[in-house]
Amino acid sequence: MPSLLSTLTKERTEEAVPTPPPRPARARLRGWGHWASVAWFLVPALVLFLVFVLAPIVVAVFTGFFKWGGIGPMDDFVGFANYTRLFDDQVFLGDLGRGLYLIVLSITVQLPFALLTAVLLNQKLRGRAVYRMLFFAPYILSEVVTAVLFTMIFLPGAGMADHLAGLLGLEGLRGKWLADPSTVMPTLFVVMIWKYFGFHMMLFLAGLQSIPTEILEAASIDGAGAWQRFRHVTLPLLGPTIRISVFLSIIGSIQLFDLVWVMTAGGPNHSSETMAIAMFQFGFKRYQVGYASAISVVLFMISLVFSLFYQRYVLRRDLSGAVTSGGAR
Amino acid sequence: MASTPPSRRNFLALAGLTALSVSMTAACGAGASGGRASADGKVTFEWWNIATTEPGKSLFPQIATAFTTAHPNVAINTTSLENEAFKSKLTATTSSGKLPDVFQTWGGGVLQQQVDAGLVEDLTDLLDWSSQLTPVSLQAYQFGGRTYGVPYDIGMVGFWYNKKLFAKAGITTPPSTWAEFLDDVRKLKAAGTTPIALAGKEKWPGHYYWAYLAMRVAGLPALEKAATTKDFTGAGFVQAGVHLKELVDLQPFQTAFLGAGYATPGGQAATMGNSEAAMELMGQWGPSVQKDAGADLGADLGFFPFPTVDGGVGQATEVFGGGGGFALRKGAPKEALDFLKFFVLENESKLLASNGYLPVVKGAESRLTDANKRVVAGSLGKATGFQLFLDQAYPPAVGQEVNDSVADLIAGKKTPEQVTASITEAAKSA
Repeated sequence: MPSLLSTLTKERTEEAVPTPPPRPARARLRGWGHWASVAWFLVPALVLFLVFVLAPIVVAVFTGFFKWGGIGPMDDFVGFANYTRLFDDQVFLGDLGRGLYLIVLSITVQLPFALLTAVLLNQKLRGRAVYRMLFFAPYILSEVVTAVLFTMIFLPGAGMADHLAGLLGLEGLRGKWLADPSTVMPTLFVVMIWKYFGFHMMLFLAGLQSIPTEILEAASIDGAGAWQRFRHVTLPLLGPTIRISVFLSIIGSIQLFDLVWVMTAGGPNHSSETMAIAMFQFGFKRYQVGYASAISVVLFMISLVFSLFYQRYVLRRDLSGAVTSGGAR
Repeated sequence: MASTPPSRRNFLALAGLTALSVSMTAACGAGASGGRASADGKVTFEWWNIATTEPGKSLFPQIATAFTTAHPNVAINTTSLENEAFKSKLTATTSSGKLPDVFQTWGGGVLQQQVDAGLVEDLTDLLDWSSQLTPVSLQAYQFGGRTYGVPYDIGMVGFWYNKKLFAKAGITTPPSTWAEFLDDVRKLKAAGTTPIALAGKEKWPGHYYWAYLAMRVAGLPALEKAATTKDFTGAGFVQAGVHLKELVDLQPFQTAFLGAGYATPGGQAATMGNSEAAMELMGQWGPSVQKDAGADLGADLGFFPFPTVDGGVGQATEVFGGGGGFALRKGAPKEALDFLKFFVLENESKLLASNGYLPVVKGAESRLTDANKRVVAGSLGKATGFQLFLDQAYPPAVGQEVNDSVADLIAGKKTPEQVTASITEAAKSA
């Protein structure tokens, strides 16, 4: 026992002595062994990425060149026929248009709204935490739960929306909502805002809190009013957050599926169909897997090209350092 | 089904789906390895059904247990999936070339595709008891004189109507011709009643109208011929659309029917069950769904067959419908077929007593207790012709196009000619 104790104390005193680590050891760490262990730790992630991300992409691109019903051998090579058919299809062009519609509305309505709430809730306000939680809560709900909930709200006749429309004197809207081609998209958009604005609000709140108060104080001392402080200090400093927020909104709008599928299944008469819904319809309802793959490839290309351009030209400043200086310290 | 690299949100959804299906498969036993005999002579097979609602939900496991008790060397791994989930999962399974040993089928185009791919057992020579089944119940599972499935339920579509609301509008006898039918719709409207409940969101209930009109105007042979020539542009099919448009122009459906589901709250069945509409065109399951989603109309509920159309070649005794059955994977153990025989022949009275199914065994109609069920079974027994649901009879791409373009016609987005052109285009490219 005493000998063990003495060994321990001896070790501890040795440790406490600040000796600079010998150079050869560091070199060894940076050498082959280092990379081998890096590779070893990456294997699980790489395998998952290859099997569940890269391989499906390759398979989808491949399948997109065939007319294939999902059963039996894939032997009917049709080249780009699936793609020409796709871009001849008025419904699919409509899907693209609806994607754009959602993107434009998200950026022009949802984000400013989220920013406004974030600015309001960033002030000293009684029950601020409660409001923040309330506005963020819808984001936590699953999309299907949200969709079922709003199906009830927009139920013709008995739903809350019809009651409200009646109270507000909007008789023309009663019984329409999700059931009329002219009202279904705005109605869906309202649900989207309800569900997602809280998330963007949180992003903005985080961004607002990282703005040093000194700068705002300095602006006040220089005589800037509330609007000027917001326009010339807060907004520019929120730039990175806004750009990420826009990015997430756009990608989300392009790939929208669950909410629409449960509420309208793309109807009435395709008037709320999105690209992801068209893909599902053709793949799982019509068993035209080749054609559905072509849709998925287009969906993927749009997302990919957009992401690359956005990162290259819009997010460049925000990401510089993160990307360009890779592993350097 | 191929996929794009998903966004985080979609990825989570996909991951959830995968986890769900994995757990479903796992829940029913050690993987979907298919039926096989182990060293101790024990035979295990997979059974996929859609019995997630009563009465099947309790009845199907009972039947399976009864079978395994009588045959201790057999074990059954049951997977019960909701209708649409089943279809999606079976599609995914089919593309991997591996089907469960015993699986739910509706026959028609989907089954034929699986047969053509060599995935389904030919039962023709094994079914020495098929003569005990009604010919109409077997029809959906037969291609080129060979049988690929065993039915456990068969039914037909017709008008379920609310006798009280009909009486209120001064209608004493149900219509037997399309002209009378349109007149009655006008009378119901005049009496302040919504004539028809329709689930516009789901599309398949709408296709019943067009299909029945095509049967009545162009006739059964024309529908059969169109399936092979892939040409639906004949005058009879256009005329079917014109007649449907006559009905749509009267605005007979409930408010916001385009967004209405079928069995969902406020949907077609609920509207009907709550006496908010006077009739619906629906299959034999109509009354039980009305009861589930709305209320039981009881003695106020009546049934009349789809009316005939003046100048059309179709008869009132030609019926449109479908049922449910089971097919076997190619190479499934023979115990699986024994199980089907047990299920269908020895449990017929249990199936009928549960009030959820209609007879497939000859002479079993008399055992039905429900008056409306007896009417349906009687009409089926007297049927001079049978047409399977078009969205099942034809390949899925064609069937879905029928549903889609008829929905467009009902919403006023397509003309009768455009409907036939779209279906033809889908048939030619399928």
